[in-house]
Order: sequence, then structure tokens, then C-alpha cells
Amino acid sequence: MLLRHTTKEVKVREGLTINPAKTCQPVGALYAALGIHGCLPHSHGSQGCCAYHRSMLTRHYKEPVMAATSSFTEGASVFGGQANLLASIDTIFSVYDPDIIAVHSTCLSETIGDDLQQITKKAKDDGKIPEGKHVIYASTPSFVGSHVTGYANMVVGMAEQFAESTGEKKEQVNLIAGWMEPSDMREIKKISKELGARIVLFPDTSDVLDAPQTGKHEFYPKGGVTIPELKSTGDSLSSIALGCISAEPAAVALDKKFGVPFETVDMPIGISATDRFIMALSKAAGVSVPDEITSERGRLLDAMTDMDQYFYGKKVALFGDPDQLIPLTEFLLDLGMLPIHIVSGTPGKRFEKRMAEILERSPGANFKNGPGADTFLLHQWMKNEPVDLLIGNSYGKYIARDENIPFIRFGFPIVDRIGHSYFPSVGYSGGLRLVEKILSVFMDRQDREAPEEKFELVM
Amino acid sequence: MEQIQILKDREKQIFEKKDGGAAFDLSCETTSLSGSVSQRACVFCGSRVVLYPVADALHLVHGPIGCAAYTWDIRGSVSSGPELHRLSFSTDLQETDVIFGGEKKLYASLIELIEQYQPKAAFIYSTCIIGIIGDDIDAVCRKVAKETGIPVLPVHSEGFKGTKKDGYRAACISLMKLVGTGETDDISPYSLNILGEFNLAGEAWIIREYYERMGLQVVSTMTGDGRVDAVRKAHGAALNVVQCSGSMTSLAQDMEKKYGIPFMRVSYFGIEDMASALYDVAKHFPDRPDIMEKAREIVKSEVETLYPQLQKFKAALSGKKAAIYVGGAFKTFSLIKALRSLGMSVVLAGSQTGNSEDYRNLKEMSDEGTVIVDDSNPVELSKFILEKEADLLIGGVKERPIAFKLGVAFCDHNHERKIPLAGFIGMYNFALEVYQSVMSPVWQFAPRKGGQK
Repeated sequence: MLLRHTTKEVKVREGLTINPAKTCQPVGALYAALGIHGCLPHSHGSQGCCAYHRSMLTRHYKEPVMAATSSFTEGASVFGGQANLLASIDTIFSVYDPDIIAVHSTCLSETIGDDLQQITKKAKDDGKIPEGKHVIYASTPSFVGSHVTGYANMVVGMAEQFAESTGEKKEQVNLIAGWMEPSDMREIKKISKELGARIVLFPDTSDVLDAPQTGKHEFYPKGGVTIPELKSTGDSLSSIALGCISAEPAAVALDKKFGVPFETVDMPIGISATDRFIMALSKAAGVSVPDEITSERGRLLDAMTDMDQYFYGKKVALFGDPDQLIPLTEFLLDLGMLPIHIVSGTPGKRFEKRMAEILERSPGANFKNGPGADTFLLHQWMKNEPVDLLIGNSYGKYIARDENIPFIRFGFPIVDRIGHSYFPSVGYSGGLRLVEKILSVFMDRQDREAPEEKFELVM
Repeated sequence: MEQIQILKDREKQIFEKKDGGAAFDLSCETTSLSGSVSQRACVFCGSRVVLYPVADALHLVHGPIGCAAYTWDIRGSVSSGPELHRLSFSTDLQETDVIFGGEKKLYASLIELIEQYQPKAAFIYSTCIIGIIGDDIDAVCRKVAKETGIPVLPVHSEGFKGTKKDGYRAACISLMKLVGTGETDDISPYSLNILGEFNLAGEAWIIREYYERMGLQVVSTMTGDGRVDAVRKAHGAALNVVQCSGSMTSLAQDMEKKYGIPFMRVSYFGIEDMASALYDVAKHFPDRPDIMEKAREIVKSEVETLYPQLQKFKAALSGKKAAIYVGGAFKTFSLIKALRSLGMSVVLAGSQTGNSEDYRNLKEMSDEGTVIVDDSNPVELSKFILEKEADLLIGGVKERPIAFKLGVAFCDHNHERKIPLAGFIGMYNFALEVYQSVMSPVWQFAPRKGGQK
């Protein structure tokens, strides 16, 4: 019965969202903040918000996720949350002893009008922030944007509130990570190293949310961008933002404040987007592309050409977050597939524009983002024009089961499989992983469903 | 963090049972300290978990998207029929709604959904900002109820208005509005409601079957595998049997007051408590000795099968130490007994929502040296698990990876259990799960307990 609730007829809904393709800002801000070394994220709102975000991230990463909460009560919501936040800052520095507290707001604290900038300033003036420690903040009301917006806002907070200019340029490039997995950030660093490019990657959740088993529960795991690194971003030669929605705002902030020029490229998912990223980084860092990387590209291309017949003309539905969907859609087209239904709960004109450009190669494709763009709508579209493959977060499994089609988990959250935190989707090796995953689900299906006479050994 | 200290203001919520130690006065039922990494949730969470399993009702979350997104099918409350509860419905409030109010959107959403799904009733959850912007959800619910002819029940679960327990209370108040609105003609005087059983992994079915084998009529289960019509006629039952005392005792009390239905607290975890749950219910019907007779038969046959099966586990687990940190305190009691029956001792016991009476009982039950905590946090849990050299942690989603990082076995006794842990078969499953985790070969490769092998 679970699977039979989606009606085929698409009706205009007045605001109602069914089975969302997004969640709210604070969880994104919390995730981004975990990408700073020694940082304790702090949720300025009710206790439940923080518990839900930690649970969701824990389910996604199978890792402990630490964050504190202001624990709003009825009193706080009447008189304002300043006292709660000041008390929180005291508690956190005296007990959990982080180097940084990264505060994000919630719908509650925003609606009652708490001003994080003013409160953190007061904390500083009142001497509540110990020497050498930091409090940064981002305004992340849940009724604006989505989890992706929250991530972007916290990354802006890092850039604006940490970066300094010494007046002397540093031979390094800022790489501003859009919302990607720890495995992806690790891969970005690996590629940069192979290129010989000196970079500062932020945020960086590798070695935080993919920490090894050590017998210890490290409250602050060894990963994350460090404070000196963040400070130095104001002196960098330039910035490359990986993603126009979740990363570019921070690049803009650094440009405005310190005149660090930037270029925005798509998140390097698939062959074309990775090409553009490699070119952008080699140019910005003044390095040439080594043979290793060229060979890696060649191997991806080899797999693409070897297996082209299995991809060609296959229809795909996908949902998720804008900065992933843009290059992923492009990659599917590069493989000869036809992305025909796409939704993202995250609003934004930039996304619409980029997708419209990319989808010129898939005439008649359905695409919607923002309010009302939920997985219910996606499923309705799929009922009207069936597809061969669904790509999205774990919540896609209901639809895939109902439609009996192959399904690849991609995006956030993935709570019923592992792999995303260990194996990258970015770069040429990430592309290879996607190719393998797509092929596997197609071929598994063929093996499962082919009549005996068409059951083939060699594929 | 090499040195782990206890937060000064937390001292009152931690107690170590020692001879001649300080007088026992554990502070509880307080809101968490601002700035703590609490494992607790909010009022909304409390309401949502209690009402969620009512499978043929519409559950609409009125607020920004997060509250609906985070509670979308995360609880394995199984339904034998309709599964409307497993979808996520939200009014997805935007900035303009916050400024101008969300009542219109709520009304339109309700009308659309009720038309589309024809639910038996609708629960409308109020989230934090609804309490601030002042939407009159009661009025909208009344209007929609009138127009559609189904019960449309507001749930006042604004996140900041108390603790998770207040959310349980808000849910019970909504349920109480349904109770008493159905026909009771077909209800036997030998009947009961199962309260506080949420049918995780099908547990309510196991319990229901025991009671039915005893010759009793189960009028409703609240709320596991729940149905609106069953709740409506729940006032016709002769007895309320309440598990998970924190969440549903208030409903039982209200039903006692209004309909004169007595209630009893039970637990279905472990052999001892499971058997008591059947015997206590049977004792309630003294004019029908056959009910007690059947209860004895059930216990006898189940234990005869179970006991030998448990010996293998007991042999392996004897002397191992467990730490327990779960939502409700009542569950902790059962777990202590269940672990003892496997030869294990409990070195840490705590809950998110226990009250003073719970903790006094917990202290009575505990061995010397057991640490008792209320509303704990990961630093404390790690500290005590290492200090007390626990081999196993029993907890929920946020505790699991902490245990594994410490190299300690884990058993989920919360929403994410995958197999039924209630009933006699549940005791077998529990022992098996504990055994598999504690004895797993993976630990031979892993640094354990702070890095000391």
C-alpha cells in the first residue's frame, strides 16, 4: 500500500509538499561546520532541531556527529534567545573546549528576531570567548531556501569571519567545496596534489565524517580545514568555487572583501565537469596536467566507449541537490542517456538557467525546482512517462520499488547503503565509479529478468 | 580529549551507587542546559513518535520543511494494512507565510489531502514557529472537520514548549479526543487496550497474539499498527495495559477518569517482565480462571522453548558488562533484568526522560558501582563506558557510532531495531543480537576500549 499513494494525474497544489526533495537550512550549516578542524557546531533553537540533524547525519555517515544546542524554552521564545546563546558559549568552551563554535540559527530564533551578529559581538565584549578561540555564525532560517542554502551560508560565514589580508599574496588557490561527501573532498585534494597545485580546501569533512576505528571517540577528529588555513584565504591568488549554489557565495564574499578573484565551475562530476575543473585549477595554480591525470581520464573514457551500447537512449529520472544535479545530468547526456524528469527542492534562478542550457540536449525533459518540486511530483511524471533508471537519495527507494526500476543512491541523505563516504563521485575515478554503478544496476536487472534463451554470459 | 570532566551543572543528573554515598536526589525532568550536546529531542518529536503509527490517519506537519523531512518514515512502526503514515506531508512554510500567517496554506493543504486520500482522521502538528506567529490551527481544524466530516485534530507540539514528554502529553490529548466517539456494542467484558506499544518490527502483533490466546479481546493498540476506528471505540475496553510508561500513562489516566477504565503498567522485554505482563492482566479477570490458565500455558511453553536456546548465549556472555542509555526509564528496568538473565551486569544506566520515581527504582535495582545518568551526552557516555569497561552499549541512533568507535558492542533498542525485541521470541532475538555484536570476529582487528587491547 505504501507504494500506491502516488496519483498519476498531476494537479496544482497550493503550497502542500508531499515527500520532499529537500530539508531545512540548519542541517547544511551543521554539516559545513564539521568541515572546520576543532569546531563544535551549535544550533540556536529548540532541542529537537539539533537532535534531528545529528541523527540524520549519523544515519548518513554511520559516524558520531557532535553539535550543541541552545535548548530553547518557552521563556527564551518570549524574551529572546540571547541569554541562551551566551550561556551556551560559556558551557561549550568550559566543557567541550573546541577551538571554534559555529552557530547557526533556526526558524524559531529567526522568527523571534535574534541577531547572531549582535549576540556573538556581545559574547566577545563580555569576555566569554577565551583568547585564541572563535565564534562564527550564519543565519539559516528554515523557511528560506533548503539545506543547500544553509550549507552555503555557513561557508560564507567561514570566509567572511576568518579570512584576513596581510597585504602579501600567497602562492595558493582557494578551493571552495560545494556540498559533497568527505570522499569527494579527499579526492579533490588528491587531484590537486597530483597537479602540484597548492590549495586551501574549505570546508573539508574528510577525516571528520569518515574517521577510522581507533578505539577512541574523538570529539574533534583530525580532519577539517584549520584556522590558519582559513585566515590565509584572504591572501590567496584566486578562488575556485565548486558549485554555483553551495560554493560560489563564499567566493563572492572573498572577492568583495579582499579582492580575491574567483571562477565558478560545476562540481567535478563526470567527464566534462572534471575536465573543466582540472583546466581551471591548472590555470589558476599555473601548473600543467601530469600524465597520471591524463591516463585516469583515458580509463574513464575507455569504459564509456566500451559500454556505450548499454547507456544509449536510456531514460533517467533524478532528484537531489542543484550542484550535483547540474554536472550529473550533463554526464548522463555525455553517456548517451536521456535525463527526462528532474526535481530539486532547492529554489534558485541560477540552477534553472544552467539546467535549461544543459537540457537542450534532452528535448521535452521535465524540470522543476523550489517549492512544490518534491519526489511526489517526480513520481507522477514517471507514471506518465516511464524511465529506465532513477537516481536520488534513499527516499527514492519507494518510487523505484513501485515502478520496479533500477535505482542508484546518490546525494543526501543515503541511510540504507554505505560507500558514499568512502568512494568519491568526483573526478575521473568518481566518474568511473558512476559508470560502474549504472552498468551494474542495468545488467543485474537484465540477468534477473531475461528469459532463459536471452540470458547471456558475456555482456 | 584525554581528560574528560563532568560539567559542573550536570553533577546533579549523575549518580554512582556506592555504600554510604551521597543521598540520592537525582535531578531530572529539567530542560537541558544551554550549550550541551544533549541526546534529547523536542516536544514535536514526542508527539510525532506517539501518533505516527496510526496508519490510516493523515499526518500533516505545519511548519517549515525540516520537521516533516526528518520524521519521514524513520520509525519502523509496521502496519498490517494502510500505510498513509509513511508519507511525508508538510505545509513547507516560506518567509511570506511566516510574515502573513500560514492558516490559508494549512486549510488548502488539508482539503487537498483529505480529498485525495480519504483518511479516517487527520493529525495536524504544530511546530515551533506556529507557536510564535500565532496561527489559529484549532480554528482551521474545526473548519476542515466540519467541511469534510472527519476528525481533524490539532496537536500542540511546538518544539520549545517543554520536553519530549510534553509532546507525549500533547499526542495523548489528541488521541483522547478520538476515544469515545465509536460504537462499543461488539466489545466483550474481557477486553483490553494495548497502550504504549508502537509495533516496531511487528512487536505489537506478538503481544496481541498472546492476549488473544488467553481469550481476551484486544480492542485497540495505541498506537502500533493503529487504526482510527479502533481508537474511537477504545473506551469500551475493560482494561488499559500500558507499556513505555512515559509516553502513554497520561492517556490511561484520562481514560480512567472519564470512562472508569483501570490501567496497569507492564513491560514486554525479558522473560520475567513478559510473563508478569500476562499474569497481571489475567489477575484482572478473576472470574475467568481459564484466562490465567492460558497465560500459564503460554509462559510455560514459550519458556520451555526459549530457556535452552538462551544457554549458549549466556555461556558466552556471562560476566560481560553493559551500559544502557535509552529514551524511557521504564525500559531500562526491563533491560537490566534481561541482561542479568544472560549473566551480564549493568555498569551504566540512564534515560532521556525518566522521573524521580523512575530513578529511585533504578537505584534500588542497580548493583554497587552502577552509574545512573539523566539526559546524558556523548562525552559522559564515552567516559563512563571506558571507565566502567563496558562491553556493550544499548541505545539509539546517535549512540551507535560512539559505541563502535570505542570498540564496544551495540544493540539498538530504539526506533531502528530491525527485529522484534518484545515478547518471548523478542528475548531470544535480543540475546542473539547482543551475542552477535559482543562476540563478533571484527573486534579481533579493532582497538578496543580506548585503544587498550
